[in-house]
Amino acid sequence: MEILGIYHYWVFAILLMIGFYAVIAKLNLIKKLIGLSLLQAAVFLLYISMGNVEGASAPIFGYGAETFSNPLPQVLILTAIVVGISTMALGLGLVVRIKEEYGSIEEDEIQEMDHR
Amino acid sequence: MNALTAHLPALQVIVPMLMAPFVVLLRARSLSWAAATATSLLAFAIAIQLTIIVMSGSPMTYQMGSWAAPYGIELQVDALSALLLLIVTGAASIALIGGRESLAATLSEDREPYFFAAWLLALAGMAGIVVSADAFNIFVFMEISSLASYVLIAGGPDRRALPATFKYLIMGTIGATFYLIGVGLIYMMTGTLNLADMELRIHEVADQKPILAAAGFITVGLALKAAIFPLHVWLPNAYTYAPHIVTAFMAACATKVSLYVLLRFDFFVFQQNLVGHGFQFAAYLMPLAILGIIVGSAVAMFERNIKRLLAFSSVAQIGYIMLGASLLTVTGLTAAALHMFNHALAKGGLFLAVAAVSMVVAGCRLDNFAGLARRMPWTFAALVIAGLSLIGIPGTAGFISKWYLINAALELETGGVALVALILVSSLMAVVYIWRIVEAAYFGEPAEQDVTAVPRALVIMLWAVAIANVGFGIAPELPLRLSSAAADILLGHVQ
Repeated sequence: MEILGIYHYWVFAILLMIGFYAVIAKLNLIKKLIGLSLLQAAVFLLYISMGNVEGASAPIFGYGAETFSNPLPQVLILTAIVVGISTMALGLGLVVRIKEEYGSIEEDEIQEMDHR
Repeated sequence: MNALTAHLPALQVIVPMLMAPFVVLLRARSLSWAAATATSLLAFAIAIQLTIIVMSGSPMTYQMGSWAAPYGIELQVDALSALLLLIVTGAASIALIGGRESLAATLSEDREPYFFAAWLLALAGMAGIVVSADAFNIFVFMEISSLASYVLIAGGPDRRALPATFKYLIMGTIGATFYLIGVGLIYMMTGTLNLADMELRIHEVADQKPILAAAGFITVGLALKAAIFPLHVWLPNAYTYAPHIVTAFMAACATKVSLYVLLRFDFFVFQQNLVGHGFQFAAYLMPLAILGIIVGSAVAMFERNIKRLLAFSSVAQIGYIMLGASLLTVTGLTAAALHMFNHALAKGGLFLAVAAVSMVVAGCRLDNFAGLARRMPWTFAALVIAGLSLIGIPGTAGFISKWYLINAALELETGGVALVALILVSSLMAVVYIWRIVEAAYFGEPAEQDVTAVPRALVIMLWAVAIANVGFGIAPELPLRLSSAAADILLGHVQ
C-alpha cells in the first residue's frame, strides 16, 4: 500500500522518463520539444505533490480549517511554468526558422544538408 | 556605506534588466547599441565598486524588499561572486564596444534593438545567478540568461546556427530541469531554498536517499550547462556558428557562471554534510576533467575551422578549472577560480581577434587566414599574445593559473606527478593548435584580395585585452587575492 500511496511520485518518474526518451530518441524536432515539455511537466508534478498535506485546505485563515497545504511549491512552479512556456515558444520559433532555411524538421536530414 | 551603496547587489541585476525593454524602443540604428553599451559599462562600474567593497571587508548581503532571509530572497556578494561579476560585466562591455561594426555587418537594422535587448537580458541573468543566494532564484536567472543566449547565438546570418541553437536549447533545458528536480528534492527534505539555511538544515537529513539523489541531479544538470566533458556536445557548434562578437562574450563567461553554481552547491551545501561527498565529487569530476583536457586539446589540434578549434580548446580549459576544483585543496580551488578569470581574458581576446579578422575575410577556416598577418599586423600580434596566455607562457596571465594548478597537483600524496605531466602535455598540445593559426597567418601565401580596414574600436579593445593578459601575468594581485579569498570561503565551510 505504501508504494501505491505515493503514486504521484511514480507518475513523476514515468513522465520524466517518457519525456527524456522522446528528447533523445525522436529525430523530429517538434517531437523533441513535446518530450521536453513532458519532462518539465513531470517536475511541475513533483513540486505540486510535495506541497500537499492530506486532508488539508488552502492556506486561507478564518474558514475553520485546521491544517494547511504548503503554498510555496505552487508559487515556485507557477514561475517554472512560465519559464517552460517561454522555452517552448522560443524552441518552436527556432523550428519555424529551421523549416524556412532547410525545408525540413528532421534532425538527420538537416545534418546531412550541413555536411554536404 | 551610503544609501545607494547598500543597494548595489540588487542594482547589478536590475539595471540591465530594466534597460532591456527600453532598448527595444530605440529604433535608430546606433542608438540601441549606445544604450546597451552604456548600460553594460554601468554594470561593469557597479561590479568594480562591489569588488572594492568585498576586498576591503566582509561579504555583502542584501535582503530583497527587506524580507529577512531565509524567508525572503537574499542576494550575496563574496570574493568568488565579485570575481565572476568582473568577468561577466567586463566581457559584455568590451565585446559591445569593440563589436559595433562587426554586429552591424551581421544583423539587419530592424532586428538590432531586439538583439541588444537580448544581450542585456543575458547579462542581467548571468549577474543574477552570481549574486543570488537563493536556489530557486538561481534557476530563474539561469533560464533568463539561457533563453537570451539562444537568441544571441541564433542571431547571425549563418543558417547552421539554427540547429546548433536548437541542440543547445534542448540540452540546456534538460540541464536546468535536472537542477530544478534537485532543488525540489532538497526543498522537500529541508523546507528551505536559501543556500546558507540549506547548509545548516541539510545536516539532519544528510543520510536520506532524496538528498543523495538531489546531489546527483544538481551536479549532472549543472555539468550539462557548464559543458563539462562528455556533456559538452552542444558547445562547439553553438560557438562556431554564433556571430563572432557573441562568441567572444559567451566564451568568456557563459559556462563559467554554471561552474560557479556547481562549486557553490557542492562546496557550500553538500561537501561538509554528506558523508564521503568530497571523495565522490573528486572521483566523479577528476576523470572527466582529465578526459576533457586530453580530448578537447586533441580535437583542437586537428580542427581546420578556427572558431571550432578555439571552442574545443574551451572544453579543455573547462577541464583545467574542474581539475583544480576536484583536488579539494585551497591551492587547487585558487587555481580553479583564477583560471576562470585568466581563461576569460585569453579566450575572449582570441575570439575578438577572430571577429576582427572576419571583418576582412569571409570564413573562419585556417586557409582563409593564410598570410593575413602581413596585412593586419596589429590584430595578429594581439592574437599571438592572447594565444601565448592560453598556452601559459611565463609573463602572461595563463601562466599564473597553470602554476597554481601544478603546485596544487604536487601537494597530492599520490598521482601528483602524473597530473603535472598531464598539464604539461596538454600545454604542449595548446602550443600545437595555437601554432597552426600562427603558421597559417604568418607564413601562408595570401590570397589576392583587398584588405579593408578593421574598425578602430575593435582593435583598441583587442589590445586592451591583450595588455590585460600581460598585465595580469606580471601583476596578478587583484585576481589572485579574489581567488584565494574565494578558495578560503569555499573550503572554510568544509571543516
